[in-house]
Amino acid sequence: MLTIITPALLLLLTFVAFSIAFWLYNTNKARPVLCSLLHPLVTAPLLVSAVLLLIHIDYSEYRHANQPLFFLLGTATVALAIPLHQQFHHIRSLAKPLLLTLLFGASFAVISAIAIAWLLGANGETLISVAPKSVTTPIALGIAEKIGGQPGLTAGIVVFTGVIGAIFGPILFRWLGITDDRIKGFVLGICAHGVGTARAFEISGKCGAFASLGLGLTGAITAIILPWIVIYILK
Amino acid sequence: MLKGLLVLLLLQGVGEVISHYSGIPIPGPVIGMILLFTALQLSTHTLPTELGEAAHLMIRWLSLLFVPACVGFFFLTTTSTSQWLAIAGVVVLATLVTIVVTATLMNRLLAKQPELKTEKSS
Repeated sequence: MLTIITPALLLLLTFVAFSIAFWLYNTNKARPVLCSLLHPLVTAPLLVSAVLLLIHIDYSEYRHANQPLFFLLGTATVALAIPLHQQFHHIRSLAKPLLLTLLFGASFAVISAIAIAWLLGANGETLISVAPKSVTTPIALGIAEKIGGQPGLTAGIVVFTGVIGAIFGPILFRWLGITDDRIKGFVLGICAHGVGTARAFEISGKCGAFASLGLGLTGAITAIILPWIVIYILK
Repeated sequence: MLKGLLVLLLLQGVGEVISHYSGIPIPGPVIGMILLFTALQLSTHTLPTELGEAAHLMIRWLSLLFVPACVGFFFLTTTSTSQWLAIAGVVVLATLVTIVVTATLMNRLLAKQPELKTEKSS
């Protein structure tokens, strides 16, 4: 039974699960809250995981078969330059509020995570692994290694943060009465990196461009300031 | 479309090479994005249609590309379940608080600039 599972089939599994998830998402567009909870980034990975457990395939094998998608994630990152370029006139006129929001948001994401973990009595290693949670995965892994966290745990936390942000971000925006796509996008990019950016592009092109900006800048700034915050906290 | 994808792949490759040999702690694709953005800003020509199409295709299916990474979340074996539950609680709380606080701050900052706020409905 197991011998017939080829890499092509495991790649196909991702596409089939995503198609089902996407259909489920689209058929519930009329109900905003349910629709947020049924985002393809929640349902598709659940479907894939269930199938993998059912047919006894480990994650490393699945991951290996899906290497092309990891590679294309890099290509998509390069493509973010285009909406950024197209929307740059909006962004340039807002340089000061954007910079203030970025500095505050990126620091707050780190400090709130460390503070809540500390209040709940987490140990030093966990504190360090939680710290880079709002940064896009490849940058977060680099930071975690540099400051002594566990890369595997950090990667999981980063993805989880992105999914939580992408699901609950739009619900919170509605609750706060925020309708400006520039705010939604920038905040999603800062708090929920690439997953939040993917979600922002579903709202509008402008929203996506501001998310791309938030994603790129948060990654850069966290990489620079986080090691200093960690040194300060642990000393 | 094909030429556009070629440009994206080329810049991804160039970014990887720069990231690898320079020791800059920024991932290759992010360097590629910065290079492409700089080139587009400096160029006096309008955005090539083929490049726009290729970028649109990649971004439209960005969620699909994240699926394998998200699956990994369910197969974390490095930590115990109790520690993992505590961490999940931290992530949910911290993420929600950060979104609320950051969005509120940016909303205030933009409200101070009424002349710019009018352009939001474009």
